Order: sequence, then C-alpha cells, then structure tokens
Amino acid sequence: MTDQDAVYAFDIPAERPWSRVLKKGQTLRIIDSEGQQAVDALLYCALDPAERYSSQDTLRVQGSAYVGLGTRLISNKGRVMATITADSCGRHDTSAGCCSCESNAVRFGETTKYQHACRENFILELSKHGLTKRDIVSNLNFFMNVPIDPSGNFTVVDGISAPGNYVDVTADMDVLFVISNCPQVNNPCNGFIPTPIRLEIRPMADP
Amino acid sequence: MAQTKQELAAINRRHYEELRAAGQELTPKGLPDPTALDGAPIPPDAVMHQEQVPPGWYLTLCLRRGEALRIIDDSGRSSVSLLAWRDEDTSERINCADTIKVQWSAAVSKGRVILSDMGRVMLSLIEDTSGAHDLLIGGSTPASTLAAFGKTRRNTQENFLAAASKIGLDVRDIPPCITLFAPVSLDPAGRFSWKETKKRPGDFVDLRAEMNLIVVASNCAHPLDPARPDALGWPVTLVKYRAPPAAEDDLCRTASPEAARAFAFTDRLYA
Repeated sequence: MTDQDAVYAFDIPAERPWSRVLKKGQTLRIIDSEGQQAVDALLYCALDPAERYSSQDTLRVQGSAYVGLGTRLISNKGRVMATITADSCGRHDTSAGCCSCESNAVRFGETTKYQHACRENFILELSKHGLTKRDIVSNLNFFMNVPIDPSGNFTVVDGISAPGNYVDVTADMDVLFVISNCPQVNNPCNGFIPTPIRLEIRPMADP
Repeated sequence: MAQTKQELAAINRRHYEELRAAGQELTPKGLPDPTALDGAPIPPDAVMHQEQVPPGWYLTLCLRRGEALRIIDDSGRSSVSLLAWRDEDTSERINCADTIKVQWSAAVSKGRVILSDMGRVMLSLIEDTSGAHDLLIGGSTPASTLAAFGKTRRNTQENFLAAASKIGLDVRDIPPCITLFAPVSLDPAGRFSWKETKKRPGDFVDLRAEMNLIVVASNCAHPLDPARPDALGWPVTLVKYRAPPAAEDDLCRTASPEAARAFAFTDRLYA
C-alpha cells in the first residue's frame, strides 16, 4: 500500500492525545516515526462505550502474554473489536497499563508527581466523548517492550521499534480509538525522550 | 545550568537502573517465606464474620481500614477472583497493571501489596500460604465457560456485574481482576500454563484493608483450570477479622521503597 492510499493522516505531537471513530473494516496504521515511542491505546464500541477493550479477555483468548500480528483485541463482552493485521515491530504490551501522575510518584519518587502522564491525556480525550476516569481500563501499549520472565519479573525495557516501524489495527466493529502518545521520561519505553508518531487510516479492504 | 534532553535522559536512565536493581534484586531477598498451612491462627475474639461461599457464587464485603479478610481454598481446587473499590469514592479501584509494574513483578505473595489506580495501597498480603495468584488473565466469563464446558456456566464476569449492580455500580466499574489460588505460569515465549501442583487444600491468603473498601470475591474456576465437567466446584471460606494496623515496621509497608511511598500516600487520606 502506498501513502496515496491513506484516506486520513495525522502526526500526533510528542506527549499528546488523539481519538477518532474507526468504521468496521477500516485499518489504522500507527507509525513509530522516530523509533522507541510507546503508544498507549484504548478502544470502545462506538455504539455502546460500556463495551470496551479488555486486556484480560484478550490475553485469555490468545493464551499468551504479548500482542503481535494476528492478536484479536477482545472486548469485555467477549467480542472481537479489532485485529492486528500487520506488524513490522513484533512486540507490544497490554499488561503494564498507562502511566499516571499517581503511579509515577510511587514508582519513581514524589518529584515526578507533577509530570504529564498518559492518564491525564486519556481523561482529557475521553471527556470529549462523555467518558471519565471510570472508563479507563488496562490499555494497549504499542511499541512497548515489557518482558515478563517465568519468575514473574516484569520490566519495561528499551523498545525494539526502529524509526518507521508500524502496526496495523483493523476494526471488526465501529470503534472509538483513543491514543495517548506517551510522555513518560522515567523509564525506557520512550528511550527517555518522547517523540511524535504518525497515524494513517486506510480505506476498507475489497470484500 | 540548563541540561540538554540527552543529558536529562542519561540521568533518568541511571535512576531507572538503580530502581530496577533495587526492585528486582534487593526487594525479593527481603520478602518473607510463605505462611505455613497451620500458621497464623486468627484470635477467636478478632473474628467479625465468617461465611462459606458456594461454588459459582460471590460475596460482597465492606472492610474498614485495618480490618482483614482471610480467604481459604478449603478443597485446594478453587480459585477466588477479587475486585475492590474505595468506599468513599468508587472511581478508585483495584489496578492490576500498577500493582505489577510498581512492584516490578507479576507474582504477588506474602509481603506484597495490591494498589489502586491512585497510587495508594488497597490491600496488603499479610499472610499467604500460596503465592500462586494471577493478575494477567482474569476470571471466567460466559465465553470461557462455554469453551471449557460446552455450555455457559456461572462465571466471575457475571458475578462481578451482579455484585457491582447491587452497590449502584455497573459494567464500567469492573476493571481487570486478581485471581487467588490460580497458579498461572509463563514460558519464555509468553505462553500461559496452569501449575496444578502449586495448589493445596487449606491454602489461604490474608488481605488487610489499608483504606475503607468494598470487596467482591467470586468463587469460580479460573479459565486455565482444567475443566471438570462433572464438578460444580467447591465452597471457599471467607473470614473477616480485626487485624493489627500497619505499624512503621510493618512487613508490607517496609518491603520496598515503592511500597513505603504507596503507604505514605494512603496514610494521607486518613491523616
């Protein structure tokens, strides 16, 4: 697919949120423009936002802990919301949640409490759709590398995504797709320097 | 002197590496051994309430700060999925992701804490014979029981929905849950499996409330538990009791610098 095929394109500046409804059959390409940039994402059923992405249902159905090509993103009602249809990175997380001012203060010390965080982005972006902090569930972290070893050790390590790596998410229903371009500077998920990402929405595939 | 982005990044990387070494190398060495199966008797005059939850069912309990809940897997064949909300503001709720990443481990055991989404401690694992609990996969659902048994059975997701509804909450208030006595392990490729050998009759976990809470416990088989189509399941026992408060030298409070900060932030709610 060439760039001319994109029907929508947008660069999310570093540290900023974004949201848009994807129609069933449309594909959102998320491009890690400069590499090593975590992209936090939430999905809601556009018709009924009480149905939303569920990390635990997704991992249970898949039987394994990491998100990659072929992963079906499952809702809290057990339905497939979207599918990962292309992936040039190979490793994404859905167990680590998003950063917040409150969890940063616990993890990294109270001096980090007044730093911008994904949850601030999510709250502001969700407010445009009548949703609140209540509606924030455990999210997807595209391009974020969080190995869990058999002893349980859980570590955010340097991202493996190179500049231009992308992941395609194809909607299986009309979904409200919400992104926080992660502002975290206290762990390696963004290489300690947050950068912009690019979004492109592809037309529906031929039936 | 103004620092460049790269200089600041280097400082933050060093800080992160120090925290990681402390969290994954130092902290685990200080964690206690599991509680013995016949250990930690509850003084009879401390017991406030005791109840058996039948297989497939759920129980909602209010715990005030300083009260504790013992959950006993009497048969050694049950799992218990848990949610908790803060009584005064139910938008504050259990957060598995923060619980895992703040403690640098997906394995919770005696000495660990369960965090809310607000950087505070909801529950402390003051006793635990098992140490085999799941925070990644969650409880059973209509779909998981259909897949396991060929028909939909009572399940944790619907139990949580019913429990939430009875206290004025709804499906929006149901976050990812913790399942006790659920020995899920991961291989290096990230595939999940069930380690039945880690389950024993009489395993128990004591959770001390560090804030005023509403807790719901669902007694349904974990989705990875090998299906036993002929068995409805087994009862579990819940005991609510008065526990000693989290002192300055408390095991869970002092387990890690992260836990100490989370306790300090929790104490501010009640200062």
